[in-house]
Amino acid sequence: MGDSKKQDHHRGHDHDHTHDHSHWSDMDLKVKTLESLLVDKGYVDPAALDVIVETYETKVGPRNGAAVVAKAWSDAAYLERLRENATDAIAELGFSGRQGEHMQIVENTPDVHNMVVCTLCSCYPWSVLGLPPVWYKSAPYRSRAVSEPRAVLSEFGLELPKETKITVWDSTAEMRYLVIPQRPSNTEGWSEEKLAELVTRDSMIGTGLALTRVEASS
Amino acid sequence: MNGLHDMGGMQCYGPVEPETDEPIFHGDWEKRALAMTVGMGFAGKWNLDISRFARESLPPDFYLTKSYYQIWLAGLEKLMLERGMLTENEIATGKLEKPGVDVKRVVSADEMPDALLAGAPVDRDAILEPGFAIGERVRALNINPQGHTRLPRYVRGKIGVIKSVQGCHVFPDSNARGEGENPEWLYSIAFDAQEVFGPDAEEGNVVMADCWGAYLEHA
Repeated sequence: MGDSKKQDHHRGHDHDHTHDHSHWSDMDLKVKTLESLLVDKGYVDPAALDVIVETYETKVGPRNGAAVVAKAWSDAAYLERLRENATDAIAELGFSGRQGEHMQIVENTPDVHNMVVCTLCSCYPWSVLGLPPVWYKSAPYRSRAVSEPRAVLSEFGLELPKETKITVWDSTAEMRYLVIPQRPSNTEGWSEEKLAELVTRDSMIGTGLALTRVEASS
Repeated sequence: MNGLHDMGGMQCYGPVEPETDEPIFHGDWEKRALAMTVGMGFAGKWNLDISRFARESLPPDFYLTKSYYQIWLAGLEKLMLERGMLTENEIATGKLEKPGVDVKRVVSADEMPDALLAGAPVDRDAILEPGFAIGERVRALNINPQGHTRLPRYVRGKIGVIKSVQGCHVFPDSNARGEGENPEWLYSIAFDAQEVFGPDAEEGNVVMADCWGAYLEHA
């Protein structure tokens, strides 16, 4: 990729992290104004909006998904229930709701690596992973994940063996996909809590692997 | 609508660049933008597909250069303006010009946790038997509807194999027009990467897409 193209890329994208502070102030003002209108018109209860923020800031996040994966690794009967009806099996752990109404797991093996994208917008399994990161919603990921997944994975520092083929799940409907990464070796006998610490968010999107024992302890 | 939002297979956007710190929200306004968008969904003045179409039919330069929460906000304003729930002047000045219209539901803080946990499932009772079976070869239709559709351009005209039947789900194309849910069978279809993207794609890779029966024909 040439420099000019890279510059174009930056010019073309108002990446959240490159926004200057004055811009944020403008947005804060704009959003405050809109919210007070919605409240004055009786469309929303601001305290209920606080609950939405709190939910996705503190309660719903990738730790939910990590618990599902750790249990899938540990409990063969649970894994079977996940395969049969992931929505119900995930709800057993208390995780359900918006953007998780129709769940399916996809299991990585030495032969097949799964990764998830939404090329049309930003569909993402909120109930198990929380809100999507900026890159998941960005044009580079949405455009190239389906056509050149191996190159995209290398941008995450993930180099899979050549023999491993890649299946990309485009979330075009309301099915939401949770990748079950391969269980790291030498973790026999570990508790679910300990195993869950190896399960990164990216490993459940498919843009990463679960941490190895060594990575986890460093 | 063949819009910029339908990005699968495009090559012009450069590398993926994850943030180093990845905050959940970048400023308070993102929190409120999320909350307002989710919260206004309960008002019952539009459905999921109408709101998606509102975002994807924003001007292309706006869609491409704004952050995702800015797109959400613009979509929300557009939906409310279209329905007379808000005026341009009110947005510009912040001053109330007319009272609110009736909405279906205002969720209270006490009700919100359960409302979020309940979600909004889109599976419906089937009226007809599924038209396609697991293992069957199907071709995605080469359709180019003016309105909302969830059939990405990159699979149109391509042949795939049905891997699973996901049940009968609300059909976005008609739901986005406000013409009813018209539930259709939904299928997960495996497309060979080279069938879709030609010999430059890696042999053996697969792209899975979920397609409603109305998008498919026997192949």
